[in-house]
Amino acid sequence: MELLDRFAAGDLEAFEVLFRQHQKEVYAWTVRIVRDTGIAEDLTVETFWRIYKHRAQFKPDGNFRAWARRIATNAALDHLRHTRPETTLPENLPCAPSPDGAVSREARDSINRAFHELPAKYRLVASLALVEEESYREIAQAAGISESLVKVRVFRAVRILRKKLNFLRAEVATK
Amino acid sequence: MSNEEIKHMKELLKQAVAPVPDSELRRDLWPQMLSELDEQSLSVHRVPWFDWVLAAILSVVLIFFPGSIPALLYHL
Repeated sequence: MELLDRFAAGDLEAFEVLFRQHQKEVYAWTVRIVRDTGIAEDLTVETFWRIYKHRAQFKPDGNFRAWARRIATNAALDHLRHTRPETTLPENLPCAPSPDGAVSREARDSINRAFHELPAKYRLVASLALVEEESYREIAQAAGISESLVKVRVFRAVRILRKKLNFLRAEVATK
Repeated sequence: MSNEEIKHMKELLKQAVAPVPDSELRRDLWPQMLSELDEQSLSVHRVPWFDWVLAAILSVVLIFFPGSIPALLYHL
């Protein structure tokens, strides 16, 4: 019996083999969305728990890697939805080190803040498409949506960010 | 909105958002997975407290009002 058949039948040893084969990849994908190693580890375990729970829905002739990535994306999206900052964010959000001083510390804080305040579905595509430069195709497959919808969400994310940044700039100017 | 604007935002985000600290998994998560599986299977077999309360109420009713047994059987 093939590994995937055994897994679909509920064999724990087959699940362990699959877990060990794919945990690094699931983690690497998740950490690029949530941008926190501890949370990404927990979400990796959550992803595999969902995989195990829904094993009967998996077709053994299907692509396990793609299936796992899709479940990981949904788990990460659920996390972003539930932990979205409502109004305030901590003052010491981690920022990228300034490469050449092109953008001031204050501006970087504002951008970082605006990014973290994006609605979950836009933050997901913004993180993957704009920061990590994943292809629209990869994101579409992982999120279970069309490429054109990914494009629309990237456009909207950029528009929201621009609006927020204009607002923040105006707020800073009035201080 | 032009692609130039998206490109510009990409540059801004790259300068502002902290890079992923460590995309390489440093430890094996299987032990954590096993304890999660144990926990979940335990919670599946655990009877919720309100079921116990319901059973207790039903027992009390049946003991003190045995006349309600035929009515209960009728509705089952």
